[in-house]
Amino acid sequence: MTGATARRVLRTLRHDPRTVALLLLVPCVLMGLFRWLFDNAPAAFQHIGVPLLGIFPLVSMFLVSSITMLRERRSGTLERLMSMPIHKLDVIGGYAAAFGAVAVVQAGLVCLVSTLGFGLDLDGNAVGLVGLAVLNALLGMALGLFVSAFANTEFQAVQFFPAVVIPQLVLCGILGPRDLMAGPLQWLSDALPLTYAYDGLTRLASGGAFAGTVAADVLIVAAYSVGALLLGSATLQRRTP
Amino acid sequence: MLWDTEPGVLVARDLRVRRAGQYALDGVSFALQRGAVIGLFGPSGCGKTTLMRSIVGVQRNVTGSLSVLGLPAGQPELRHRIAYTTQAPATYADLTVHENLEYFAAITGAPAPRVAATIEHVGLSGLEHRTVASLSGGQQSRVSLGVALLADAEVLILDEPTVGLDPLLRIELWSLFRQLAGAGRTLLVSSHVLDEAAHCDLLVLMRDGRILATGAPADLCSRTGTTSIEDAFIALVRRGDRVNAS
Repeated sequence: MTGATARRVLRTLRHDPRTVALLLLVPCVLMGLFRWLFDNAPAAFQHIGVPLLGIFPLVSMFLVSSITMLRERRSGTLERLMSMPIHKLDVIGGYAAAFGAVAVVQAGLVCLVSTLGFGLDLDGNAVGLVGLAVLNALLGMALGLFVSAFANTEFQAVQFFPAVVIPQLVLCGILGPRDLMAGPLQWLSDALPLTYAYDGLTRLASGGAFAGTVAADVLIVAAYSVGALLLGSATLQRRTP
Repeated sequence: MLWDTEPGVLVARDLRVRRAGQYALDGVSFALQRGAVIGLFGPSGCGKTTLMRSIVGVQRNVTGSLSVLGLPAGQPELRHRIAYTTQAPATYADLTVHENLEYFAAITGAPAPRVAATIEHVGLSGLEHRTVASLSGGQQSRVSLGVALLADAEVLILDEPTVGLDPLLRIELWSLFRQLAGAGRTLLVSSHVLDEAAHCDLLVLMRDGRILATGAPADLCSRTGTTSIEDAFIALVRRGDRVNAS
């Protein structure tokens, strides 16, 4: 049933080529824009480009999954599924498998374009970076599923993006070193998953091996993803008011 | 009320459901037998959908007792034996008719050949590769009905499957329901159009979260000395009001 659900989610995307094109091309175009912006500062492009690889999938999957799940709740299909012999983990697992697969393609493509086309240096860790990007995508998906429970309309669902994702982007270290933040901001930064994703991505791209701190980063992001998925599945109630 | 000695396929005793601080169901009891088309009639907002959701096991805050096929409503085993259509056609609008049925067949464990057979059964042959979003309202509700027919369930709970359809299609659906009941299935079909009551073996009339009366259409007419279900309904409402007032 997990497989059937994943196939169904992917089929929905196949009927929507415009969304697929936007999912795949926008990250590449944006990466090109950064490359152009930092034409005279390759170090700055390196600094911003690597974490972006991992952040694009998080952002896209957050948006796609929160809207898809909201539709599932509003259209009655979720209620229908809940009257059938399907476990809610099959629903969540199906979503995770489908969006994870999309994230592999998305992150792989932007990785390819950034290294071959824009000269981004991944220090031979492309596979690890794509892996971490996919993990980020699952984190984004899990957060999206979770917040969809608190939205009644698609307008509300997209407004959760600035509320949930932008603070993480601001505090993860990409805008300024974390050690220079005020104490409370550092604590907040310590508590947010994107901080660890960012740390892992930058370490991997600057020659770090997949061990020690990077492994800890990966584990922390994975733990947050699983936690968010469990919270998301807790919002899928078989019985509703 | 219809208290038989037989156990019955749908049995409720003093069923209450609280929604938004009010009782959507306020002490509902019945015992309904197998192999019939049972019509659940009453004005919009009288609790028909809440009752159906309780039977299917997706309604929260249900008190009292409710059993389906001898098992407490909501028991996991029943999910294999009940099929349910919600009021709105709950299908995936971006997918084709065939893709929708194929997905729900995988979930309910219906064998693959049933997909094509069901598409024909609900009169959607030739449209199977159209997306649901591109179909008319009537066609969409037939896709939704098709999903309910896939699993060959013993009990079908159909929430207003004929509302908004053209008269010819309604007649076809009611004869399909009759055919299913003839094959031993039990159908609970809701509607707020009392004209359709004549198609049912048994009627459950509801108002304000309570059961007004249960019985065969002819039976209800003779009990109230009326000639149409509509008049019988009105007579029953007035009688109920008088009882409440005294």
